Amino acid sequence: MKKRDIGFLRQQATRVRVEILKMLTEAGSGHTGGSLSAADVVTALYFYKMRHRPDDPSWRERDRFILSKGHAAPLLYVVLAMTGYFDISVLKTLRKIGSPLQGHPCSKTLPGVEISTGSLGQGLSVSNGIAIGLKIDNLSSRVYCLLGDGETQEGQVWEAAMTAAHYRLDNLCAIIDLNGLQIDGPVSQVKAIEPVASKWSAFGWQVIDIDGHSIDEILNALDEAEKIKGKPSVILAHTVKGKGVSFFEGKVEYHGIAPTRDELEMALKELEGNGQ
Amino acid sequence: MTHRGERVKDTGVGQQSIIGKAMATRDAYGEALLELGKKRNDIVVLDADLSGSTKTGKFAKAFPDRFYNIGIAEQDMIGTASGLSLTGKIPFASTFAVFETGRAWEQIRQMVCYSNLNVKLVASHGGITVGEDGASHQSTEDIALMRVLPNMTVIVPSDGYETMQVIKTIADVYGPVYVRLGRAKVPAVMPAEYEFKIGKAYPFHIGKDANIIAMGIMVSMAIEAAKILKDEDIDAGVINMPTVKPLDIEILLHAARSCRLVVTAEEHSIIGGLGSAVSEFLAENVPVQMRRIGIKDSFGCSGKPEELLKLYGLTADDIVKTVKEALKKWTYDTL
Repeated sequence: MKKRDIGFLRQQATRVRVEILKMLTEAGSGHTGGSLSAADVVTALYFYKMRHRPDDPSWRERDRFILSKGHAAPLLYVVLAMTGYFDISVLKTLRKIGSPLQGHPCSKTLPGVEISTGSLGQGLSVSNGIAIGLKIDNLSSRVYCLLGDGETQEGQVWEAAMTAAHYRLDNLCAIIDLNGLQIDGPVSQVKAIEPVASKWSAFGWQVIDIDGHSIDEILNALDEAEKIKGKPSVILAHTVKGKGVSFFEGKVEYHGIAPTRDELEMALKELEGNGQ
Repeated sequence: MTHRGERVKDTGVGQQSIIGKAMATRDAYGEALLELGKKRNDIVVLDADLSGSTKTGKFAKAFPDRFYNIGIAEQDMIGTASGLSLTGKIPFASTFAVFETGRAWEQIRQMVCYSNLNVKLVASHGGITVGEDGASHQSTEDIALMRVLPNMTVIVPSDGYETMQVIKTIADVYGPVYVRLGRAKVPAVMPAEYEFKIGKAYPFHIGKDANIIAMGIMVSMAIEAAKILKDEDIDAGVINMPTVKPLDIEILLHAARSCRLVVTAEEHSIIGGLGSAVSEFLAENVPVQMRRIGIKDSFGCSGKPEELLKLYGLTADDIVKTVKEALKKWTYDTL
């Protein structure tokens, strides 16, 4: 495990946001809000918590990350590039013809992507299957699955929640990016998912509630989840959609559109100012 | 008369020495899975609360540590099977065909096929011979739903002997496979020397007047029909096409060029299944007079399997009638 250096991780999270915005602007389309909201959590996983080998993506003993909210592909691509899975220059090919960086993650075109996602509600089931397989093989690897909050409106999520509890998958940690917004508006207005904590708790999960932008809280939660035995854990990461760029924050319009060149310039100034 | 460079062995319909016994293909699956489990420890099995009916229960009893009942949650079952395959296991996921391919279709598309995973989908209760449970439980669209998916192989065995070979074979071949099995007992039709290969059909006989391309339970009907036709001096061939995708195009070319009429027979909708697959190929390559025997764009209903086969026109007599009428029309049209 890497050194627990909160300052370093914060810097990396800012760099991740900068690269996300640059690649989205270059692509001209893509999901800005939900990539930025989960940036701190995913940075903490790839730069600190997860055991993985960028030069050997199929290393048998690696921890697995499943991006169930596949539309946050830009975030996954940036952390994969920054940790050395592929050259960072590839990021500018996002969503372009012939690119390994498909609009939503594709495991056939990009090593490091465990399974193709994009259609919501399916990643937790896959994570369960991996967690079961790892247990059969007596491997201590862990599985991390990132879901959106709107995504939990999908019924399959709850089928999978039951399965994970039934098979006591304590090598599985789900993380829900509770940014409060989905395409059509606030989650609470489109179709409320509250009370989130008691729902997961009732389904047999250990629930850990955190500020999803506090690196310190994220690290503590990931460490705590690893100690839970006999049941799966879920980290409820309370986040802000578009986090890091004031004029994207909390704006539902930026769920699925990319920044313009002017917006990118302003955003980079703001992020670079905060990063110093 | 060559097929894959070999001479087609044509012993005539009904002349082969048949191995095996009359049994439901799902029962053969239960036995094959058990054998496979004994030989390989990377085989894992999933079911959605129907292990007694799909016959995965036998495996579950023998290998409880490699059997996962996901409960009544087909979509979750497909996802879990996908995850297991990512750790190098070979998951066989089973439930009724209508739920496996219908309820979990998008999971099969997005997870299994798009990521090209080594997941084996083996469904029981295909077709209308499910019987008394009625249309909600009878799968008449599953082949269409699976055939349209890239990376998917689609197999419909005709009897118990063939089913056992199919199950053994697909465990050794990487990639998504859908196998459709039935609930009702079916006669043994495949000869002792038969060896199943993915994408290879078995011609019992190539006819000069007509050739009947059949899958699943309709193979035995086609054999019976060919015998009746022979008595009426009509030379009808029978080809068992267990792999609906990829089709055995060499045998199709050969059969279509040898006769005046190609008839497909399937316990499935005539839209999207074997009849469609064969028509699509022949229309572009050897346009020939064709007839499709199958469910004609309707739902099934409750009844005994044999009553339903009669009601929906899926008997040997229906095949005979179709062949005779089409040949008569062909002769009339060409005079």
